[in-house]
Amino acid sequence: MAGTESEPTGARDASLPARAKIAVTAGRVAAAVSRKAGRGSGSVIGGKVALKLDPDLLATLADHLDVVLVSATNGKTTTTRLIAEALRAAGPVVSNALGANMPAGITSALAGGSEARFGVIEVDEKYLATVARDTRPKAIALLNLSRDQLDRAAETRMMAEKWREGLQDTEAVVIANADDPLVTWAASSCKKVVWVAAGQAWKEDAWSCPACGGVMQRPGDDWFCQECGFRRPNPHWALQGTHVIDPQRGAWPIQLQLPGRANLANATSSAAVAAVFGVSPQVALERMRSVTAVAGRYDVVQYQGRDIRLLLAKNPAGWLETFSLIDGPPAPVILSVNALDADGTDTSWLWDVDYERLAGHPVFVMGQRKLDLAVRLEVAGLQFHVVDTLEQAVRMAPPGRIEAIANYTAFQQLRKVVAG
Amino acid sequence: MSESSLRVVWVYPDLLSTYGDRGNALVVERRARQRHLNVTRIDVRSDQAIPTSGDIYLIGGGEDRPQRLAAERLRADSGLVRASENGAIIFGVCAGFQIMGHEFINDLGEREPGLGLLDVWTQRGEGARCVGDVLADVDPRLGLPQLTGFENHQGVTHLGQGVQPFANVSVGRGNGTGDGTEGAWRDTVFGTYLHGPVLARNPAVADMLIKLALDVNALPPADTTWYDALRAERIAAATRPA
Repeated sequence: MAGTESEPTGARDASLPARAKIAVTAGRVAAAVSRKAGRGSGSVIGGKVALKLDPDLLATLADHLDVVLVSATNGKTTTTRLIAEALRAAGPVVSNALGANMPAGITSALAGGSEARFGVIEVDEKYLATVARDTRPKAIALLNLSRDQLDRAAETRMMAEKWREGLQDTEAVVIANADDPLVTWAASSCKKVVWVAAGQAWKEDAWSCPACGGVMQRPGDDWFCQECGFRRPNPHWALQGTHVIDPQRGAWPIQLQLPGRANLANATSSAAVAAVFGVSPQVALERMRSVTAVAGRYDVVQYQGRDIRLLLAKNPAGWLETFSLIDGPPAPVILSVNALDADGTDTSWLWDVDYERLAGHPVFVMGQRKLDLAVRLEVAGLQFHVVDTLEQAVRMAPPGRIEAIANYTAFQQLRKVVAG
Repeated sequence: MSESSLRVVWVYPDLLSTYGDRGNALVVERRARQRHLNVTRIDVRSDQAIPTSGDIYLIGGGEDRPQRLAAERLRADSGLVRASENGAIIFGVCAGFQIMGHEFINDLGEREPGLGLLDVWTQRGEGARCVGDVLADVDPRLGLPQLTGFENHQGVTHLGQGVQPFANVSVGRGNGTGDGTEGAWRDTVFGTYLHGPVLARNPAVADMLIKLALDVNALPPADTTWYDALRAERIAAATRPA
């Protein structure tokens, strides 16, 4: 099975129970068939076949690993990658690095890492409780929760409640963002919590107290509910400017190759996770510097003789963080939005995004829902050009590195186009 | 109100702003400014009093729990009801539409009283959630073009004698009653299930709210090029055989 970072060696396969062994082998065959048929890595189909033959396979595979789970609305793929790099200081790591984050993809990834000591696993928000039950993690990182894919996703507070109920008996150390009231509420029933002040730019999903429904007061970086007293916990770790502050008040510079405040936050949470396994912030942050693009995100590519930076933004919170990291005007900006099933088919969220922030940039809009974008930008009072293709946008764009921001399937399409 | 100014009140963005509802406020503001009106937008959080001096009140959609909290606070406040008695224009979407009726089913499965601004009541549908593109023909008395929008709800809203259907669907489910009705209205109070946001998909509805507020029959023209292009695309997409 593919989708993993280390090749299957089979060394541990020998120690697996017979049923698990058969399931792993069958999964590999299914994945190989799928791959040969040109249908992607085959990791999801392989995992599905394997889990069908042995429903306990995920638990069996996780048994020998120190497992870290990472979940959030935004930043889970990048943070998984940062944690994986940090923990390599302490031993071999297996990870679902390509973002297949539901049980089948996770099973597939772990089946490929027979030599690993650590399993660093990105988990879809909806499956966190299940995967936590099966893999008995040592650490769980909870980064943020916000609105995403409204036509089919659960309400954000319902998601927090699912986390809260599903994780209350976990033995894991939960590393949770104290600046996100929903995450805080989800984590605050856990036994062992390490609070991280990782910041949160998007605040629109946490104006009501998740505990009692009262109106949240949010002076400065603080937050509290006046009605029930639920409030921001004192953080053990914090992001301060471009430094990680550890529990002993040591300040460690973050020097990532990844841009933006959100990635500084991801690095801070990752350092807190690494510390659970005895990896110091200094060593962890040093190793995180090697991470460049993650699954094509933040990648600067050449296309038609121009530099284009590819940025993924899937929901209002993600767009907000992305606007804060792009080059200032007059850097040209391309926006591409689709509304396929994987994106969510309701485009109303475009109106939660402050496109007004793009004032002064030459803006080009494309993608399946370019007309929704056009109306949004017209109402924002921006100048923009509607184009049909990336090539057209690039040809019209004034000089300078181009920032291309796209939602999920639009991003995949851009990657395909620039790859030729 | 004075001739050249417009007070737009956005009710409870902290609770009822889940489906891009800010867009409705932005579109009304934009369309009014294009007519050189002096617009004041007042965003009222649910721990603040609803002013009674607004011209247009917008109430958005929201999830089940915030909807209950909003109904509780709006009943206790009474500002919206008083504004309506003064003839204000009220436009509610989805959860906001349900709150404007007599009652709806809350997140606890209980009957929650609404504001009674519209003679409608809402039950929870037994079948699949209504999700997808909608096309509807507006009550001809309102003189508006075809409505396009996106619905996403589980409610079944019944209309009483005191209201008219805002529109009748040709694509989509609307009020979920099976008779094709979509939304409800009387005088200057309107409710709809349509997101999109609905005023971004239907600028003529935004213009209607402004005309009602100014008590005029016509407004100076304002460009609708991109709205028209979007409408044509969404209408074609909704009528295309699956």
